[in-house]
Amino acid sequence: MSTTEEAQPGSEGPVLRLESVRKTYGRGTVVLRDVDLEVAPHTVTALIGASGSGKSTLLRCANLLEEIDDGAIFLDGEEITDPRVDEDAVRRRIGVVFQAYNLFPHMTVLDNITLAPRRVHGVPRAEAEARAHELLERLGLGGRAGEYPDRLSGGQQQRVAIVRALASRPRLLLLDEITAALDPELVGEVLGVVRDLKEDGMTMVIATHEMGFAREVADQVCFLDGGVVLERGTSDQIFGSPQRERTRRFLDRIVEAGRL
Amino acid sequence: MTYTDTADTDAADTDPAGTDAYVPSQRRIDRERFKRTRARRAASVAALSTLVTGVVLFLVITNSPGWPRTRETFFSAEYARKALPKVLEGLLLNLRLLVVCGAAVLVIGLLLAIARTLRGPVFFPLRALATAYTDFFRGLPLIICLLMVVFGVPALRLQGVTTDPVVLGGSALVLTYSAYVAEVFRAGIESVHPSQRAAARSLGLSSGQALRYVVLPQAIRRVVPPLLNDLVSLQKDTGLVSIAGAVDAVYAAQIIAGKDFNYTPYVVAGLVFVALTIPMTRFTDWVTARMDRRRAQGGTV
Repeated sequence: MSTTEEAQPGSEGPVLRLESVRKTYGRGTVVLRDVDLEVAPHTVTALIGASGSGKSTLLRCANLLEEIDDGAIFLDGEEITDPRVDEDAVRRRIGVVFQAYNLFPHMTVLDNITLAPRRVHGVPRAEAEARAHELLERLGLGGRAGEYPDRLSGGQQQRVAIVRALASRPRLLLLDEITAALDPELVGEVLGVVRDLKEDGMTMVIATHEMGFAREVADQVCFLDGGVVLERGTSDQIFGSPQRERTRRFLDRIVEAGRL
Repeated sequence: MTYTDTADTDAADTDPAGTDAYVPSQRRIDRERFKRTRARRAASVAALSTLVTGVVLFLVITNSPGWPRTRETFFSAEYARKALPKVLEGLLLNLRLLVVCGAAVLVIGLLLAIARTLRGPVFFPLRALATAYTDFFRGLPLIICLLMVVFGVPALRLQGVTTDPVVLGGSALVLTYSAYVAEVFRAGIESVHPSQRAAARSLGLSSGQALRYVVLPQAIRRVVPPLLNDLVSLQKDTGLVSIAGAVDAVYAAQIIAGKDFNYTPYVVAGLVFVALTIPMTRFTDWVTARMDRRRAQGGTV
């Protein structure tokens, strides 16, 4: 079973494209300046960089949770930053997993997962639940459907959040530091899921501090620094022979901290 | 106290060898003994001080120069017997008012709170209106609101508008209390972390759906204790419709008291209200405790 939608129109071109995106917060704090990015279908793009470099903001902009100041963002060739576009319709096509899971604490795992399929996509309850059970099973969470999120470990909660994002069969998955809030021994189970999704051909953009994982799984790596993509390339290029001084320094610090 | 059974199995469970039978150390035994002694001492001090306070209060009141007169005027058994049936009859009106006004207050309060949280320029008039309403009626003393509605509305002599003091009095209660309750709901809505809304919106839920399925269920759960508190308060304030001339428990007492200048009926009415409020307060405590327990269960992760 594939988690991506088959035979998407325009699946030849990039799924996501950012063109000179600029984003400021408050009075002139520039978070993103002139960011260009292309994400090809069935590829994984890793965004790396120090905290505050704009990784999370980029993902929030792509999902229209933040309004950009200038530039344009395209999803499957359609400009989604056009104010005439229905934002809810755009978000339906994009799945997001957050650093803090953001599960709904008042709902069971099953209700968390089936909320959007049922209420937004109009999928009948039985069908939505069948798919939820199937995904839970696949991610090693069979038997957890009736639990409330608070009763689960962090790793389990984050896997439920991934299932919730997948349940609507998104075109694109945005993962925002999804292991940053996890205890070290739980990181592996979540990264394993992401690895499986890549196998399935899911298109993903991942903001991460797990450099080893980024190196292994990413087709494209972008190093963000001060709101610009300072360097981009394949993971071998970026991690093997970074061209820019700042990239080298960043990676050296990561190695010192024992994270690579 | 014994440490044999349960403590042993617990220890055996965690003990890999499974052979070690747990024997409490001398240190633990001493510690427990000290705690028991301390608890006993604290309990006896509390009992003694309660007793002393009670006796002193009793002596001060019964030895005061006006006590025989006061007992006759406020605690006359004869008047109490006479007043109780009338007061209880009046209480039915208070209960009816509580149920009807309580329901109206919850609905209007929630709508006001939602109106105040709507974003976007389109909703500005609605938002401004709701804000002005809560500001005004939360500040206006209930008694003045009651007087204005109960005597002001009939004075207008509008066609088709009721002059029934119960309906008017009830409306005044709803006007004031829905402003209070709206603020309670709004506090609840704002206490739900923005990331919850972000998660809902990124799943494709519309703003209204996010409110309905994600924000409100969490918000309402959080404000149940303060809401019940406001309902207890409303229950007492239904007694204020008596100033409009509706015969509720308070007014029934007033009628008897006014005839013979004996205030026992007021005491009876007061006690009846207290008796009515206590179960409600206990219920509030129970709900709060139950919710705390749930949260604590979830807090182990």
